Amino acid sequence: MTRSVLIQLAGATLIATFGTATRAATPADLQAAYSALSATTAVPDRGQQLFTSRHGREWSCSSCHGAVPTQPGKHASTGKPIAPLAPAFKPDRFADAAKTEKWFRRNCNDVMGRECSPAEKADVISWLRILK
Amino acid sequence: MNRLDRIPRTLWVLFALLGASHAVRAGDDQRGPSVVLMPKYKQECAACHVAFPPGMLPADSWQRLMNDLPHHYGTDASLDATTVSELAAWLSANSGTYKRVREAPPEERITKSAWFIRKHDELPVDVWKRPAVKSAANCAACHPQADQGNFNEHAIRIPR
Repeated sequence: MTRSVLIQLAGATLIATFGTATRAATPADLQAAYSALSATTAVPDRGQQLFTSRHGREWSCSSCHGAVPTQPGKHASTGKPIAPLAPAFKPDRFADAAKTEKWFRRNCNDVMGRECSPAEKADVISWLRILK
Repeated sequence: MNRLDRIPRTLWVLFALLGASHAVRAGDDQRGPSVVLMPKYKQECAACHVAFPPGMLPADSWQRLMNDLPHHYGTDASLDATTVSELAAWLSANSGTYKRVREAPPEERITKSAWFIRKHDELPVDVWKRPAVKSAANCAACHPQADQGNFNEHAIRIPR
């Protein structure tokens, strides 16, 4: 499974372009795939630290998702409600490789001014997965 | 019935339809008729904000906006190229052509359109700053059915 999710992650853009491949995954699959890409083991505490800290810019992940994203958040500029990010509280979170890549790309860029590394993504998912 | 006999009837139907759509526009408190929103538009754009009716901006505003999604009012809203072109085509086809909507507002902001400012000019300034409102772009704060394209005056509820 990890291998197929890896392929999906690598090909997320292609999949989005052609829209044919099945993208069903689980948060565990995605975490494993990011860990495999980075050749590291995910650390939930590091994920929490990344999530709740600011990185030299106006927003942290928590600005929109809340400090512990088991509750609905609120978009920091538009005020639009955001469903909980922790998969235990919203089962379709991290169930689609292309969607996961899209939001990591955009939101890491907003929060850190760069894309997150596969290791950072694995850390964040590993923390979100233990929120029950 | 030969072909010539059919023409007047077809025209009458056309006149009736045009008349009906004109009546809806004239009586409705919004920019042009509301359109059925493309599911992908709702999915991608309304994830972060109200699904703004495409008729509230002219085609050239939508085009400039869709050409620069990585810099979208201070956030990265980038999408894959296929989705961008699908959304751009739909937005352009349903863009505003009605009276003042034809004029592109500053920064492609609906809230900076002359018609928007005029429509909201009786509101006290502090309303925009209330926590439940925060931003003039937060249509749904006062227009609870904004997501369905309904901005009718009678449905307005201004939060305290």
